[in-house]
Amino acid sequence: MVARTSAGALRVSLSGNWRAPSGLPGVEMIRQSLGATTAEKFLEFDVTELTGWDSRFVAFINKCVALSREHQMNFRSDGLPEGVRRLLRLANRVPEKKDARLATSESGFLQKIGELVFRVRQDVLAMLGFLGENVQAIGNLLRGRAQFRWADAFLVMQQCGPQALGIVALINCLVGLILAFVGAIELQRFGASIYTADLVGIATVREMGCIMTGIILCGRTGAAFAAQLGTMKVNEEISALQTFGISPLEFLVLPRMVALILMMPFLCVFADLISIVGGYVVSVSMLGTSPTVYFGRIVHAIQLKSFLLGIAKGSFFGFLVAFAGCFRGMQSGYSAAAVGEATTRAVVTGITAIVASDGIFAVLTNALHI
Amino acid sequence: MQTSEVKIEIRNLTMAYGSYVVMRGINAQVKRGSVFVIMGNSGSGKSTLLRHMLGLQRPAQGDVLYDGRSFWGMDDEARGVQLRKYGVLFQSGALWSSMTLAENVGLPLVEYTDWSACDREDIARLKLALVGLSGFEDYYPSEISGGMRKRAGLARAMALDPEILFFDEPSAGLDPISSRNLDELILELRDGLGATVVVVTHELASIFTIADDSIFLDADSRTMRVQGNPKELLEHSTDTKLRAFLTRGELSEQGATS
Repeated sequence: MVARTSAGALRVSLSGNWRAPSGLPGVEMIRQSLGATTAEKFLEFDVTELTGWDSRFVAFINKCVALSREHQMNFRSDGLPEGVRRLLRLANRVPEKKDARLATSESGFLQKIGELVFRVRQDVLAMLGFLGENVQAIGNLLRGRAQFRWADAFLVMQQCGPQALGIVALINCLVGLILAFVGAIELQRFGASIYTADLVGIATVREMGCIMTGIILCGRTGAAFAAQLGTMKVNEEISALQTFGISPLEFLVLPRMVALILMMPFLCVFADLISIVGGYVVSVSMLGTSPTVYFGRIVHAIQLKSFLLGIAKGSFFGFLVAFAGCFRGMQSGYSAAAVGEATTRAVVTGITAIVASDGIFAVLTNALHI
Repeated sequence: MQTSEVKIEIRNLTMAYGSYVVMRGINAQVKRGSVFVIMGNSGSGKSTLLRHMLGLQRPAQGDVLYDGRSFWGMDDEARGVQLRKYGVLFQSGALWSSMTLAENVGLPLVEYTDWSACDREDIARLKLALVGLSGFEDYYPSEISGGMRKRAGLARAMALDPEILFFDEPSAGLDPISSRNLDELILELRDGLGATVVVVTHELASIFTIADDSIFLDADSRTMRVQGNPKELLEHSTDTKLRAFLTRGELSEQGATS
């Protein structure tokens, strides 16, 4: 490629195959020659030796057009192939909309923090609003005035209860095994391996059973809620409900909420049992504790109030999972990507809420000596 | 209820998403029993206007009046009653995907009537038959084609014998014949039910076939340009943008070259 001047025009000769996969020249050379000369009034091209071109060639020429405009030169397209000229005309027919380009301003560190705080504030306000609407809906339900179908609630119960038993059993059995393992190794050093049963029993019933079940349901059911509601929103199904005067909150959110709140206690009891069985396997096989002693210790160790606390927490976690799932689902935007994001955020919100509220429960129960 | 000729009135409506104003200064009246078309280029806010008329979005300013009563001025109960007088056909049908077609049509009946299950089933069957979907009662929305979904959506919209039927882009995604059949169906239902019909569309053929009255929204000036019967507008209006729209831009290009 050579840039030459002749008779008041800057002539650019382009040769070779411009379809080649790599090694195409940039516009730098032309920019330099344009900057160096001021006498020329035209920019023209000679393509007699050009053997092939594709869109990159057109992009190159288009850049030359912009350059020539910058240097107040006229652009002569006569020399170019017919196809290239047509594409150039098409590309420059609608002038660039100056305000359409999105402003990409660099924001400083403090500004980012500020923006984050505002986002969090908005999120919390929206969440509180949703909570208020839900309380109102539950009030309507209790007064028997909600547009609520028990058939829907039973369907959700079936999906989040019996159908989740497999995964709940697997995870909690493993948690029971792990608890017993860790406990056995440490307690053996004191010659107190008999207390492994106590450790498994109390830890499971008070904390692990309901937390693990909550987290499993959050990933399994909470995510499903967010995805279902988000897709219904994209599909305008929620708008359709609203135009019939049917409250999406009472019709869609409430059954899910009720189902999880009612189902979680049962799942928790099941999880507790399975986890204790997991501990039993380790105690009996590794430590040689007799089955009677193990279950004796378990019965002795678990107080009724611990057991009830675990169940109550489980129910509350069920509420949190349903709340996070439905809230993020209803908040979802109108695209496939937005539904994906809603699902992710549902799981993140749900798990965070479960763990954070369990911390609060721990402090409270300690203060109240429960 | 008043028996005035005006069924819906849009009064000085401003639509906005947050601080971004989509349209301002929209004034229009929809006569009882007429077919009213909202036309405009893509992205001009037609569907947004429809969402405002449906009460899905609160106006930033101005009001929408039904039978002379402000929609947003009503209390919740009256608004619920008002909503029951609508039937809406959404762009993609928006059928509830977890229910069969018959259940979709039947749900509004379950919520708002105390008819027996048997009666409800008969009504659902009738409404589906009206849109040519007899025999598909037990299909789920995912098992039928897009055009059928749209017709099923129409059957659902008619479930409560609405006074006003809204259509969001009824011909979008339909082949010319189905689209024309749907236009005819709209007119027949208007005559049969005595309903007022509001249609959002940019399909010229259907605009000229069905519209009694129309408004044209312009994205550049962010307001409505004119109200009137499209055929008359085509003959008499001097608004260049509207003429360009109604003639697929042929006139304006002639104007540009001459």
